[in-house]
Amino acid sequence: MVAGLLLHRLISLHQEKMSEMANEELQQIRFISPIGSMGGGISSAALDEALAQSPHFIACDAGTTDAGPFSLGMGAPAFPREAVKRDLSLMLRAGREASIPVIIGSAGTAGGDTHVDWVLEIAREIVSEHDLTLRTAVIYSEQDKAYLKRLVHENRIFPLDPAPPISDSIIDGSTRIVGMMGVEPLQQALSDGADFVLAGRCSDSALFAAIPLMHGLPPGLAWHAGKVSECGTLVCETLGKGVIFTTVSQNEITIRPYGNGLRCTPQSVAAHSLYENADPYLHRECSGTFDLTKSTFEAIDRLTVRIRGSEFIAQPYTVKLEGAELAGYQSIIVGGIRDPYIIRQLDTWLGSVRAYIDESVSRVLGDKADKSLYSINFHTYGINAVMGALEPNSKHLPHEVGIVLEATAPTQDLAHKLAQLSRQPLLHYPIKEWVGSITAFACLHNPAVIDRGPVYRFNLNHVAVPSTPFEMFRTHFIDLGGSST
Amino acid sequence: MILADIANLIRSKNAGPFTLTFDIMFADLASYRRVKDSGALNPAAFAKLYRCPVEKVRFFECENALAFKFSIPRPLIQGQPGDGDMHGGQQFIPLMTVEIP
Repeated sequence: MVAGLLLHRLISLHQEKMSEMANEELQQIRFISPIGSMGGGISSAALDEALAQSPHFIACDAGTTDAGPFSLGMGAPAFPREAVKRDLSLMLRAGREASIPVIIGSAGTAGGDTHVDWVLEIAREIVSEHDLTLRTAVIYSEQDKAYLKRLVHENRIFPLDPAPPISDSIIDGSTRIVGMMGVEPLQQALSDGADFVLAGRCSDSALFAAIPLMHGLPPGLAWHAGKVSECGTLVCETLGKGVIFTTVSQNEITIRPYGNGLRCTPQSVAAHSLYENADPYLHRECSGTFDLTKSTFEAIDRLTVRIRGSEFIAQPYTVKLEGAELAGYQSIIVGGIRDPYIIRQLDTWLGSVRAYIDESVSRVLGDKADKSLYSINFHTYGINAVMGALEPNSKHLPHEVGIVLEATAPTQDLAHKLAQLSRQPLLHYPIKEWVGSITAFACLHNPAVIDRGPVYRFNLNHVAVPSTPFEMFRTHFIDLGGSST
Repeated sequence: MILADIANLIRSKNAGPFTLTFDIMFADLASYRRVKDSGALNPAAFAKLYRCPVEKVRFFECENALAFKFSIPRPLIQGQPGDGDMHGGQQFIPLMTVEIP
């Protein structure tokens, strides 16, 4: 793979250049991870305590795919604006006070351009309210569809396992696709003098590894320090209000919390690498994999853990892609059933209700509702709504069953009508045990139908092979505050 | 004895939208070793419990974290219509009652 080797060389040149550009190469880098997700509520007392330890930077992850595809698809952040503003304001003011950079990644939950602009607008407000000046680097990570299609044709997009298929039409059908940046665009922005780096979708660990790597600290330690720090106090024995303070040096990492009652223990820090990762030892980043197989964890004091032995294996440069596409629009009905005669035959009864719904949909809506284009799902709480096909205990019958009927269709109008047409059969579909008209379903609401709006699905689990670590990302410098605003 | 009586945390979670991951954690080395030596936790047993092909099960024994980990592809992709557990947090229950001889 000649292109891969060339790129490899380019990256090591970049790292050498970055080390040179770091004004003085420091033997030790200290940083604060004030919270696992911007908007979660930073403890300002703990932040002040940690600031007194002379950190070199503050970094914070602001995003995740954990909540689902909606944020990426819709362009909507998951946290309230006020919560993001409070945390960002604490960090930016702390950064200015200590004259150290603040790095925010995966802005606005999904890190799309609209998410980044949403946070930028909040930063403008903070800067003007607190009379700050901030040389700001905004790094966008949303991907151009024509560019991605070119990569597909050049065989430069590869599936991860498991991955849905990829094609031009999948890319065209996406509402939004982002690339997950590595340390390089962050380092470039910092060496160009940014006080505040506001990044789109970014590797969580990269936010913390960028500066230690610029100072030539060992990559295994720099990346592992990012990994154990990025979730804030989740790395502690028990979760609580506080901040994480991490030091990376030539041969070790130390990590400790500031905050009442919090402590890092060798087990809590070792266990953190299990969290939300399929593999607890190998963690793939753009420029390679950090390997924790040989990492050791030991207590230095009651609160602090020392990590040694983490390694990094350089690999051909790849950028992970995340995409969302519209799955349709939903309307739901929420309610429950208490009648034991129905509960004991619930599967059969719901099957009959479904057949009745399909029949009335076809009778009333005709060609407007092609059965292949809509779906109706029953979530039966109390039976198997939570585990679905994995439920080992679905034969156990409760005394009451909660039901969510979920209609999904290509338009909100159709989804709404499907749910409306479902209400009568749910209410009145007969059973042989009772003679005469029954009302079988206890509706929670009137109107019974709730429109959920658009729903999205993740449609990519792939990596792209760019020709440089920078070509998929766009950096804009903006001077916030001072005379320019 | 069942696994839930020995472990101090059994949990499940998404590892990205396409993967479910399960952690089984212990308070002390003796408990960890007891479960490890019993051989009750292994890819074949997990595959049976979660009705998935054994070759899709990834299994890790992490002694430094006093933990075992399993990872499998999600039965339904996160958020796909029909998926009832967006974060994957309530999928660990069948592990609780695994018999540890």
